Amino acid sequence: MSDQTVPLYQKRIPIHPRSVKGRFRTLKTGILTLAYLVYFLLPWLRWDRPNAPNQAVLYDLPGRHFYIFGLTVQVQDIFWLAGVLIIFAILLFFVTGLAGRVWCGYFCFQTLWTDLYMMIEHWVQGERPARLRLSKGPWSREKLIKVSATYAIWLLVAFWTGLTFTMYWVDAPTLVVDFLLGRAPSSAYFTTLFLTTTTFVMAGLAREQVCVYMCPYARFQSAMFDHDTLIISYDRQRGEGSKGRARLGKGLKTREERQAQGVGDCIDCGYCVQVCPVGIDIRNGLQYQCISCALCIDACDVVMDNQKWPRGLVSYTSENALNGKKTTLLKPKTLGYGVILTTATAVLIWSIATRSPYTAMVEQIRQPLYTQLSDGSIRNVYEVKLNNKLTAPMTVGIRIEGLAGATLDMDGMERIALEPQERIKLLARVRIPPPRVKEGDAHEKRDDVHEKDDLEHAKVTFVVEALAGATAKPIRRNVPFYVPDHD
Amino acid sequence: MSDNTLNTKQKTGVVQTTGHSWDGDLQEYTNPLPRWWLWCFYGTVVFSILYWFIYPSWPVGKGWLKGYGTVDYTITDKATGGTVEKKDQHWNTRALLLEHLSEAANDPKRKEMLAKVQAATPEQIAKDPQLMEFVRSVGKGLFGDNCAACHGQGGQGVVGLYPNLTDNDWLWGGSTDKIQETITLGRKGFMPAFGAVLKPDQLDDVAEYVLTLSNEAKPSEAADRGKAIFQGQVGGCYYCHGADGKGLASMGSANLTDKIWAIVDVPAQKTLQDKKAQIASFVAKGVNNTRIMPTWQNRLSPTDIKLLAVYVHQLSGGK
Ligand code: SF4
Ligand code: SF4
Repeated sequence: MSDQTVPLYQKRIPIHPRSVKGRFRTLKTGILTLAYLVYFLLPWLRWDRPNAPNQAVLYDLPGRHFYIFGLTVQVQDIFWLAGVLIIFAILLFFVTGLAGRVWCGYFCFQTLWTDLYMMIEHWVQGERPARLRLSKGPWSREKLIKVSATYAIWLLVAFWTGLTFTMYWVDAPTLVVDFLLGRAPSSAYFTTLFLTTTTFVMAGLAREQVCVYMCPYARFQSAMFDHDTLIISYDRQRGEGSKGRARLGKGLKTREERQAQGVGDCIDCGYCVQVCPVGIDIRNGLQYQCISCALCIDACDVVMDNQKWPRGLVSYTSENALNGKKTTLLKPKTLGYGVILTTATAVLIWSIATRSPYTAMVEQIRQPLYTQLSDGSIRNVYEVKLNNKLTAPMTVGIRIEGLAGATLDMDGMERIALEPQERIKLLARVRIPPPRVKEGDAHEKRDDVHEKDDLEHAKVTFVVEALAGATAKPIRRNVPFYVPDHD
Repeated sequence: MSDNTLNTKQKTGVVQTTGHSWDGDLQEYTNPLPRWWLWCFYGTVVFSILYWFIYPSWPVGKGWLKGYGTVDYTITDKATGGTVEKKDQHWNTRALLLEHLSEAANDPKRKEMLAKVQAATPEQIAKDPQLMEFVRSVGKGLFGDNCAACHGQGGQGVVGLYPNLTDNDWLWGGSTDKIQETITLGRKGFMPAFGAVLKPDQLDDVAEYVLTLSNEAKPSEAADRGKAIFQGQVGGCYYCHGADGKGLASMGSANLTDKIWAIVDVPAQKTLQDKKAQIASFVAKGVNNTRIMPTWQNRLSPTDIKLLAVYVHQLSGGK
């Protein structure tokens, strides 16, 4: 053990980023606006759906249906969700290998909500110096009002975020009314409360701590980096020159003067550090805390523009480019991810496009395996599970083939009308006439009478077809047919 | 490592290590935890203590601490709807299961379907796919709880002991009404013992004749002698089994002309001789107090009995 005492915990040092204007800020604000528009307005979009909820996107858990515009996903199709998740994962690998932490910088919920919360903070409390003064200063009337106003607006945003999330699982207009009247289900209150709390804590209080300590992606993304991956980096050679960076001062005003003295282009104004939402100095090199938000590029570009020096002291580049080598974008790894991504997407689209409007499963009831009837004929019993996946009624017909002489008896339900989205289990009895036992000498074969020995691995095929209300390929299910084996 | 601070002038500091080293160069940092992390850790400690108070936890001697959390459940009597058992127990998974079960019985959807079963006639139930699905799922449970001990889980019975309910041969009638009657009131099978009445060779002749009824044996002189006994005053078998041997549902007598054998396992015997011997010895013994179906009216509600009757009826083919 070292003799030095280590503090029990590390105190978070609050970060008060300065605002900045520039290309990437504009891009980020654009993505943010779009994402919020989609997230907050989507539950309110209606969709004409006869016999089913009219919310365009609705995850109806009790009804076990996911409505996504024209697509209705049922429980048995939930593997599509796995497909979507796999595609997202590969997309993440693909993009990370190619362009680094694009997800973190522009799209991640943590980034988006933190950004919004910082905007609110900026709007109420002012620019970085004002906020610093406020946070360091003693409690005053002004501080009290400004801080509580910030928290109040944050809370409001958090609440609406939570409530909106809940709206995806129940009818949105009904939920809002019920919620405010106190008669929504308790799970709705719980979900909203949970999301409100996490939003407030993560975006308002924890912020970069989430990226640094909690986020698993932040930890393993470095495994996908290579020397060609786009990263945000400070051009050390240009910035430091041979003698290092230096502030603008006497005899160090123009590039020529500075170059003559061996001083680099970085004027050590600290703007890139002040804008950083995770509070690091990009000039120290690539760091795991950096979420690649590109705001330091904007900051430095502003400074360089002011000096009328070329931009790009801080820029998107790659390690290879920094070392004067060529950046190859089409690496085997990237190509591999690209191929898997395209294949997975194609498979998912194909699977969704060729989905059947109904499902049919046939299962043998194996207790008893078979029944011999009074005339010696043999009966097997099956359970037929049907599911109408449409939001409209349909009629389905069931017949059997592949077993000569067999008859199907479903108590008149061989043709059945299914309600929209109905699931039903029907009983099907299949019966064959008494099989003949070979009696030594050869005897003439008949098509409708089975030789006992031929029935050892007999099978029967159920054919389920849509007769009205839908068009689709008939579904065929092969099931065994058992006969007694003693004799 | 960089420092996670804004001030670039703040020194980056030398990273502290625990001083251990493995394999020569592997060292361990002693970086402090973030404060929120530490508080979460204390939170889990508090949680575990609360857990000990609520749920069963530590072993103590031969028992264990049961905790203060409870589960209460009620078990209701199926026939009367009255409470059989009401318990408030320390938390355990068995009580939890019973609690869920008692809640399931009160499920509004199940109650609604049961009301429909109660209101409908068996024929109406048989025509309604939804009701039949319900009857099959609930009936399976009722059958498993009450009937399967004798008739088997799938109703296939045991030859010689308990009738097979899945075939289309019925001793006491196979209509839903008859089945309902059977379940409600119970049945008692009876056949006199002929061992004292008929001589062994006469028993043999009767057996031979019985086998011809279902084409198991070819007509013969012995069969003719048996027929005389069967149809005449000596045996008098036709009183119950009918002159054609088809049995009478009102008496619960077996149909001897079909392929189904309820008591003597004829299909299992290899030779005609064995088949005959089995039948003859059975006729000598008869049936007395060995085939009894108990009454269920005191144990099941009328709706449950109706539901079971429909269930059993569809097992046998629903015709
Ligand atoms: S270093 Fe630059 S890109 Fe990285 S988080 Fe800070 S401001 Fe964003
Ligand atoms: S913004 Fe640019 S010039 Fe200013 S300190 Fe950062 S890298 Fe140097």
